[in-house]
Amino acid sequence: MPISINGADHPLPDDPRVSLLDLLREREGLTGTKLGCNQGACGACTVLLDGERVLSCLTLAVQAEGRKVVTVEGLAGHDGGLHPLQQAFIDHDGFQCGYCTPGQICSAIAMAQELGRGDPSHVTADLSHGPDGPTRAEIRERMSGNLCRCGAHNGIVEAIEEMLAGEAA
Amino acid sequence: MTPFSYRNASDRAEALALGAAGDARFLGGGTNLVDLLRQNVESASELVDVSRFPGSIRETDTGGLRVDASVKNSALAAHPLVRSRYPMLSRALLAGASAQIRNMATVGGNILQRTRCVYFYDADGAQCNKRRPGSGCDAIGGFNRYHAILGASEDCVATHPSDMCVALVALDAVVHLAAPDGERTVPLADIHRLPGTQPEIETVLRPGELITAIELPSATAAATNSEYRKVRDRSSYAFALISVAGGLDVVDGAVAEARIALGGVAAKPWRAKRAEAALRGLPATHASFQAAAEEELAAAQPLEGNAFKVGLAQRTIVAVLQSLAGDHA
Ligand SMILES: Cc1cc2nc3c(=O)[nH]c(=O)nc-3n(C[C@H](O)[C@H](O)[C@H](O)COP(=O)(O)OP(=O)(O)OC[C@H]3O[C@@H](n4cnc5c(N)ncnc54)[C@H](O)[C@@H]3O)c2cc1C
Ligand code: FES
Ligand code: FES
Repeated sequence: MPISINGADHPLPDDPRVSLLDLLREREGLTGTKLGCNQGACGACTVLLDGERVLSCLTLAVQAEGRKVVTVEGLAGHDGGLHPLQQAFIDHDGFQCGYCTPGQICSAIAMAQELGRGDPSHVTADLSHGPDGPTRAEIRERMSGNLCRCGAHNGIVEAIEEMLAGEAA
Repeated sequence: MTPFSYRNASDRAEALALGAAGDARFLGGGTNLVDLLRQNVESASELVDVSRFPGSIRETDTGGLRVDASVKNSALAAHPLVRSRYPMLSRALLAGASAQIRNMATVGGNILQRTRCVYFYDADGAQCNKRRPGSGCDAIGGFNRYHAILGASEDCVATHPSDMCVALVALDAVVHLAAPDGERTVPLADIHRLPGTQPEIETVLRPGELITAIELPSATAAATNSEYRKVRDRSSYAFALISVAGGLDVVDGAVAEARIALGGVAAKPWRAKRAEAALRGLPATHASFQAAAEEELAAAQPLEGNAFKVGLAQRTIVAVLQSLAGDHA
């Protein structure tokens, strides 16, 4: 079975050592997803696998067989317009060099779903009750798996707050 | 990375048959094994993927909880019964790694994840008895801020890095194992070995043995009045310097039941049996908590870089128990 990447089927690599990240970047030319540490420590390679955020550097491409991968290239609207979160990142200076940005954006989109279904986080005060909505503390903790060496975190949190406010409206 | 083949096992029988072959290894989420293969710390002839079995979390007949090995760390942390009955387990999971990694990591893989000792990881440049038996331990005279203060040996001072396992050991979890010749159960407390003279042997699992599930006994009062506190170098996405899983039941001002386990201190999740025994029946006061914490750490043998852990562990135990005692203390 192939892998679905942004809606199109792609064959599996012959060598099972190929990571999902290398498949995307080196074989499919989808260079939006970034290689940072290649060790799980930075989040630059974050993609959506069957709708949940994962690290493509530690996922073997063969493990994605028969599953749906969405990368930053797959987020734009059908008309080619920006995803609302991409626009919010621009409006709030959510980046400087931009290297961590695709990972931040994929991560935040999945995070919004996790928050929406009431999954708790490390900073959630009452586990049974769940999170008290998208507070800054909740967003910061939930995005801690995406490092930004430029230190654009304040703008990143603001951009995500705007997206969540837009979804709630 | 040496070449390997990949097989996605469709069920347990197939996994056991494939896992018995040569240098085959089971693959969970791959968050630890893929990294170690890439660093040439580990090698395998074949990876047998056991992460895609259907996995569930269900109540047992005796009111406990059974969790299949392929359940993801994020799903376990978010499960309503874990949150309400065993909060220390949800808390421990949520304090570990990042959301992305918790979405990938399985329960089985979390238990069997290997140490994060930098010398263990440095296959080209460092000596490590765990990686190459007999080669020496560079951590003992080196950077050992993250290393063990309890149960270590002259051959190895590595710690087990799991947060989840610290809560599981405090909750008396049992691990279900399967091999081609049958099944057995082992308490989580007995799964990991202390290093002694053979730090390369880290668990009691036999080659080809598969973790199929973990089981929690029905929740006691102290399992439910519980929390997990993790002290680390940054406030998220970092391994523990010290962590404490604590549970407490206070009746008429006295400790009826205490559950305490420590992370970041040893090659296994460390059940603080001495502290628990010392507390039983004592008034739930700061003085009792302090005495129990000191009792547990009396045997500590810190290294140059981690002497601070002894006091930090004591203070964290006391803080957790104080918080759980609430108005009683
Ligand atoms: C950057 C980073 C930060 C992290 N921070 C933390 C942290 O703060 N706290 C924490 O607790 N953890 C942390 N982790 C570790 C993470 O929790 C583990 O890597 C993860 O739990 C391993 O699970 P897995 O399913 O991915 O295992 P894998 O990597 O797939 O496997 C690990 C081991 O288990 C074996 N195995 C897997 N499943 C089975 C089975 N069913 N039966 C028998 N053997 C099996 C494999 O053969 C392998 O030896 C971090 C990891 C990274 C990369
Ligand atoms: S490149 Fe995957 S986490 Fe850094
Ligand atoms: S914008 Fe440069 S790393 Fe985040």
